[in-house]
Amino acid sequence: MSMLHTVNKSPFERNTLNSCLGHALPGSAILLIEDGVFGAVEGTAQADTLRAALADRAVYVLGPDLLARGMTAEHVIEGIAVVDYNGFVELTTQYDKVQSWL
Amino acid sequence: MSEPWEEEGPGTIKKFLYVNRKAPYGTIYALESLEVVLIAAAFEQDVSMAFLDDGVYQIKKGQDTKGIGMKNFSPTYRALEGYDVEKLYVEAESLAERGLTEDDLLVPVEVMSRAALAELMDQQDVILSF
Repeated sequence: MSMLHTVNKSPFERNTLNSCLGHALPGSAILLIEDGVFGAVEGTAQADTLRAALADRAVYVLGPDLLARGMTAEHVIEGIAVVDYNGFVELTTQYDKVQSWL
Repeated sequence: MSEPWEEEGPGTIKKFLYVNRKAPYGTIYALESLEVVLIAAAFEQDVSMAFLDDGVYQIKKGQDTKGIGMKNFSPTYRALEGYDVEKLYVEAESLAERGLTEDDLLVPVEVMSRAALAELMDQQDVILSF
C-alpha cells in the first residue's frame, strides 16, 4: 500500500516534515502544502534533508501556496514537482491512502 | 466642549516592539500583528517591528495570493512609513537559514545579528510577540 503524505507546517518552525520523512516508506509520496512549501525551496538550511528524501520517494509542492509566499517553481529544489489543485486531487487518487501530518 | 481624553495628547510615549516570527497565510498571526501595529501607531507610540524566524517570510517580495483565495496584505508593510512606523529590523541569521538576502525583501529594513536583536529587545518598554 503506497501512501501520500501531506505536510502543512514550515520545517523551520516545527519538526513535522522531519517526522513525516522518518515515517514515509520508499515508494510513497510527500506533498508540501501551505507553510510546508518552505521545505521545497532551494538554498535553505533544510534543503539537504529534502534532497535526500528524493532518492526513494516522490516529492511534490503545491504551486498556489508557493506563489502566495513570494516563490515560484524556479526556487524549488530540482526533482520536486510543482502541482496545482487539480494535481493535488490526482495525487490523492494515485495513492491508496493519504496521511496528513499536522 | 472637547472630551478630556482629546486634550491629553499622546501622554507617555513607550517603546513598543512587535516581534514577528510566523510566515504569512498559513496562520493568522502575521495579519493580526499588522492590525495591532497600526493601532499602536495611531496612539503615537514609539513603534518598532522585528522580523525573525519564519517572520522574515512576511516581507518577502513577489507574494501572489490569487491562487489561494486570500488577500495579499504584503503591500501594507510598504504603507507603514505613512503611519510613522519606520523602524523595521530583520535578523540576519533567519534570512541566511532560509536562503534569503536583503534584496528579497519588499521594504527597506535594518538587518542585524541575533545578538544585536537581543539588545534591541532589552531596550523596549513593551514587547508584543506574534
